[in-house]
Amino acid sequence: MRALKQHQGLVAPMDRSNVDTDMIIPKQFLKSIKRTGFGPNLFDELRYLDEGKPDQDCSERPINPDFVLNQDRYKNASVLLARTNFGCGSSREHAPWALEDYGFRVIIAPSFADIFYNNCFKNGLLPIVLEEKIVDQLFNEAEAQEGYQLAVDLEAKTVTTPAGEAFDFEVDDFRRHCLLNGLDDIGVTLEQAEVIKAYEEQRRQTAPWLFGAGN
Amino acid sequence: MRGSKIDPFIEQEPPTNERVIMAGKTLYDKLWDDHLVKQRDDGSALIYIDRQLLHEVTSPQAFEGLRLAGRKPWRIDANIATPDHNVPTTDRDKGIDGIVDPVSRTQVETLDKNCDEFGILEFKIKDQRQGIVHVIGPEQGATLPGMSIVCGDSHTSTHGAFGCLAHGIGTSEVEHVLATQCLVQQKMKNMLVKVNGKLGPGVTGKDVVLAIIGKIGTAGGTGHAIEFGGEAIRGLSMEARMTICNMSIEAGARVGMVAVDDTTIDYVRGRPFAPTGETWDAAVDYWRTLHSDDDAFFDKVVELEGSEIKPQVSWGTSPEMVAGVDGFVPDPAKEQDPIKREGIVRALKYMGLQPNTPITGIALDRVFIGSCTNSRIEDLREAAAVVKGRKVAAGLKQAMVVPGSGLVKAQAEQEGLDKIFIEAGLEWRDPGCSMCLAMNADKLGQGEHCASTSNRNFEGRQGFGGRTHLVSPAMAAAAAVTGHFVDVRELMN
Ligand code: SF4
Repeated sequence: MRALKQHQGLVAPMDRSNVDTDMIIPKQFLKSIKRTGFGPNLFDELRYLDEGKPDQDCSERPINPDFVLNQDRYKNASVLLARTNFGCGSSREHAPWALEDYGFRVIIAPSFADIFYNNCFKNGLLPIVLEEKIVDQLFNEAEAQEGYQLAVDLEAKTVTTPAGEAFDFEVDDFRRHCLLNGLDDIGVTLEQAEVIKAYEEQRRQTAPWLFGAGN
Repeated sequence: MRGSKIDPFIEQEPPTNERVIMAGKTLYDKLWDDHLVKQRDDGSALIYIDRQLLHEVTSPQAFEGLRLAGRKPWRIDANIATPDHNVPTTDRDKGIDGIVDPVSRTQVETLDKNCDEFGILEFKIKDQRQGIVHVIGPEQGATLPGMSIVCGDSHTSTHGAFGCLAHGIGTSEVEHVLATQCLVQQKMKNMLVKVNGKLGPGVTGKDVVLAIIGKIGTAGGTGHAIEFGGEAIRGLSMEARMTICNMSIEAGARVGMVAVDDTTIDYVRGRPFAPTGETWDAAVDYWRTLHSDDDAFFDKVVELEGSEIKPQVSWGTSPEMVAGVDGFVPDPAKEQDPIKREGIVRALKYMGLQPNTPITGIALDRVFIGSCTNSRIEDLREAAAVVKGRKVAAGLKQAMVVPGSGLVKAQAEQEGLDKIFIEAGLEWRDPGCSMCLAMNADKLGQGEHCASTSNRNFEGRQGFGGRTHLVSPAMAAAAAVTGHFVDVRELMN
């Protein structure tokens, strides 16, 4: 996984609450057995006017000019500013894969759906929760100033505006540690293999019905 | 979505230190403690997973990751797989060759290959035990009370109906569980949703959960494990409890649970993977402890009166956008909150609905009875009881019934339900996810309105431009024979 320590990038404001994972990446693209290549179909139904198909050349498709990411000023944005309950719905990790593949590194919102939030960290994508009124302020600033960028420091847990105003955010230590170092958390867990085995052995004694069914 | 500003939650007094020490445990606390392998200093914990269910959409990248890292599954017998999302609901005797879309076929073939390679039990496309993962786990007794269960699918919360700690995970976590039999988790908060009293006739588990989501919103349970309790829940069958837990995720909660009681134990007894003999007795003794203590502390409590819940219909593009069948499509002009108002305007535009339209005035194009929410035998019985002796309305393009598994299908046929559906003019299909997410050939056309027993009414969910209305099987059946929404209770007299 790609590490993330600091990131500064152009902000795209997506002014809509309850953005669900079906919207982030529609189901026809979930048929892929790969982890990459989802970027061109990120927000497919919002971004294009026609119905998207897997393995299609998206450069020829009719674009929805009203959609925020299609506006020139937000081209190459890497920080997505969003509203409440971003990423609700299905557990598909294709959603963070698509956001990451498109070029996003950071998503800022007043709240995220739990599974999506968790999936982001596994893919080098940092979801940041900020208070609603701060997010409102960032929306106003990003819409008012063309080329508006935010600087994110995961080490210091801050988001800083171009005017130098800094906001603190919370993130739990384990997720932060893995993202800062680009760690494979399976490897981290396997360091505990003996502890897992001991637990398992004890469960085999006390709850034998939990073992042997899927054979 | 409700315009009212009244907070539906009764916030509990924060516990004093003394109360924390003295307070009993919730069901979630007990399940958590029983699966705790190691508490870490940073607040996260290593949790042991008893059962992982796998399907073709969210597992290929996990198996690939395992192979690339040269790792092996930690415990093969903890896993059970089946293809469900991509499988066609016709021509199933052709097996994999019946899948026309080559990309879908590759995904199902990849699951077969991975399971064969690693030795994982799979109910393949031609196996009668194949079905939607959340239907087959309980049906096989592979879902047992007190288990921790995961699946790369957010509706894994379904299994919480058995007093399980069950939740959806992403593909990286599927790989993590395959490789380590554990997950790194943060403990969630406890929330109790209590449904008091009794439900009226014609009111089902689906109506209860839609009413709950309408009340607390799609983020109402975020960060919480929900326990559903109260007299109305205790009176429900396992099927209805599964329907309710299934949609916990639509209220933002990854985990939804119901305490174990006789209903649970009676359902599990005799299932293929359920224990027998002395092991059964020991298991039952343990399962009987799987309920919240009387003095357990919940961070949030919300109460509903069962007798006040009416058959529900969703009118918008989020499961919280629901109304009673006697209600109306809301008027955004009456909404104070600007973000909510904007949400209603956008939803009505997508749904092609005018404010203040009566719910019963919404004309329909298709009816779908199926999905992991409502495709079990009881659901099919309820729908069949309504359509029996009636005909699908002339204006409908299609009404289809998709059983949740091959075994549900066989059982329904044994009871003659298939004939009732077919005589009424509904299509009787083979098991799978089908039009719940339209990854196979079953989908809505642009602008079509569908009465659907599934769980998500998101834009495009059932087909590009399709318009979904979430309802119970009985309400979907009533809609099928009238061509629009109607209070099913009127057809029951
Ligand atoms: S029936 Fe629908 S919600 Fe359930 S697992 Fe299948 S696609 Fe997901």
